[in-house]
Amino acid sequence: MLSNASSKKIPATVIHVHDLRCGYRQRSVLRGISFDVQQGEFIGLLGPNGSGKTTLLLALSGVIPAQSGRINVMQQPIFQVKPKERARRMAVVTQDTAVHFPFVCEEVVRMGRYPHQSRWQLEDAQDAAVVQRAMQLTDTETLSQRLITAISGGEKQRVSMAKALAQETPILLLDEATSAMDIHRKLQIFRVLRHLNQEGELTIIAVLHDINLAALFCRRLMLLKEGLLVADGQTGRVMTSEILQEVYDAEVLVHEVAETGKKQVVFLP
Amino acid sequence: MGSSISRWPNEKPPEKSYRILGHWFRSRCSLGFLYWFAALLMIALSAFLTSGIGSFDTTYDVIWRSWAAPLHPQWAEGIDERVRYIVVHVRLARICLALAVGGSLALAGAVYQGVLLNPLADPFTLGVSTGAAFGASLYILFGWAGGHFWGMSSLPIAAFLGALAALYLVYALGRVDGQIHTTTLILAGIIVSTFLSAWIGVLKSLNEDSVSTIVFWVMGSLSGKSWGHVLLVLPYLVAGGAVILYYARELDLLTLGDVPAQQLGVDVQQIRFRLMLAASLVTAAAVSVSGVIGFVGLVVPHLVRLGLGPHHRRLLPAVFLAGAVLLLMSDTLARSSLPNGQELPVGVVTAILGGPFFCYLMLHRKKYLQL
Repeated sequence: MLSNASSKKIPATVIHVHDLRCGYRQRSVLRGISFDVQQGEFIGLLGPNGSGKTTLLLALSGVIPAQSGRINVMQQPIFQVKPKERARRMAVVTQDTAVHFPFVCEEVVRMGRYPHQSRWQLEDAQDAAVVQRAMQLTDTETLSQRLITAISGGEKQRVSMAKALAQETPILLLDEATSAMDIHRKLQIFRVLRHLNQEGELTIIAVLHDINLAALFCRRLMLLKEGLLVADGQTGRVMTSEILQEVYDAEVLVHEVAETGKKQVVFLP
Repeated sequence: MGSSISRWPNEKPPEKSYRILGHWFRSRCSLGFLYWFAALLMIALSAFLTSGIGSFDTTYDVIWRSWAAPLHPQWAEGIDERVRYIVVHVRLARICLALAVGGSLALAGAVYQGVLLNPLADPFTLGVSTGAAFGASLYILFGWAGGHFWGMSSLPIAAFLGALAALYLVYALGRVDGQIHTTTLILAGIIVSTFLSAWIGVLKSLNEDSVSTIVFWVMGSLSGKSWGHVLLVLPYLVAGGAVILYYARELDLLTLGDVPAQQLGVDVQQIRFRLMLAASLVTAAAVSVSGVIGFVGLVVPHLVRLGLGPHHRRLLPAVFLAGAVLLLMSDTLARSSLPNGQELPVGVVTAILGGPFFCYLMLHRKKYLQL
């Protein structure tokens, strides 16, 4: 553990994972994974279906226990952190955003303030301001009085994102959080995330299917295959046709787009 | 560590010192107060009006003077002692009991629906009510009914144990591959409920005298109840109700589903367990004095949610009041609609009133019911 974690020059390790095995019942989905995440990183977590991306996020957020190995979040084992404190350190946007009860969207976003509220304290001015800001950032203000049960999938995902931002956490985990949005919304949300990441030192780990989207915004990529970490490093170094070919079992071309200076992927038929 | 490093760029948090009571009241309570005042007034009014209905004829003047007598004895002058007894000790007691039982069942229904994310859940469909009735009749059969627990009758405790046993059984039956499904859970509830109803019949046959009539346990009745019964339910209702209101905020978050609730900082397992216990306690207390009354716990939360939305801090008190008034109305119908002082079981009335409403939900709001 780093003793100088609080010093300002060296970024603090916010997540430390060592030899993590994890899964459901007897089966291990993750089979020994180790990595560290520094404060302010923007990480894309990629891999084919069933490679363990969602399981890793569930383990990081303390929903499923590790079978063996270690997960520290801000220098503390995750299972030692109380649920409310955990939700103050880390917010998660999941793929499944179904809400069965007819809350209006603003009420759903306000639920994100729960970890900051004590039992007898109702919402105060700061809560209201944070909720408003979260809804501005995700462009959900116009939805605020609409029923969550009556809006589209993409809109639900934006509300879900607003709820997570309202948690005001230093770490944000995204599991296919923009999958139902159109390309314009996707880019809009990711621009906001990049802004929060660069200016606010928000640490982001995003599970994505869209490799090109990951290449545009993530500065580090982690590639999972069959429960193992196959590649982990700077986006430019990991985005090679050899590595992607191995992970996805498909023919791949990687180009650098001159206008953006970013690499993009084309899969061959 | 915490929110300071994640604070949004170019954004200073507002001053926290703003929270003073005046602001708090202005922003949330000005209308709320009026609303609750109106609701309580409505309860008092409906209690007063229903007091005048029944096989024994009396005037509202007599009723109100009998009610006020403890405050000012002179008001009761000229009222027959026998009439006063009926108004205060028979009718008013029964009205209060109907309010308490109706409120309890509706509150429990709202909790089950929220915690299980199941729009069909209520004390009756989950088998909890029948379990409680079974526990209570078993207890009476063995002649322990005089038992006490911290100075309170222990009958509701027996009903509570019966309720928990039934709930456990339903949970075990309704689980498929570790998952709880809406319809299998209700199916299990109905099977357990039918099975235990049959056993109540057996217990009744074993001892004709002590266990009240089967109709009482299975269809519910508030006939012949006194202040003693009100005092019997009240401690359990207050205890269970307090726990439920204490976790109202968590109930909101639980409706998002287990994983999202956990990720928002709710200790899902523990809080769900406590809420289920509290709802079962409240149900058991109600059932131990009234028998099994269906539909109140199922219909009232849906009705109130349609009007007020699902926000539980607002919803739960309103559900309690609405359930109370609904059962009071039903019980008034039950005791006054037949000639010659005969009574209908109150469960019959609630089913007749609640059935059509539920048909409406089934026909037009299948999506809302997740069927």
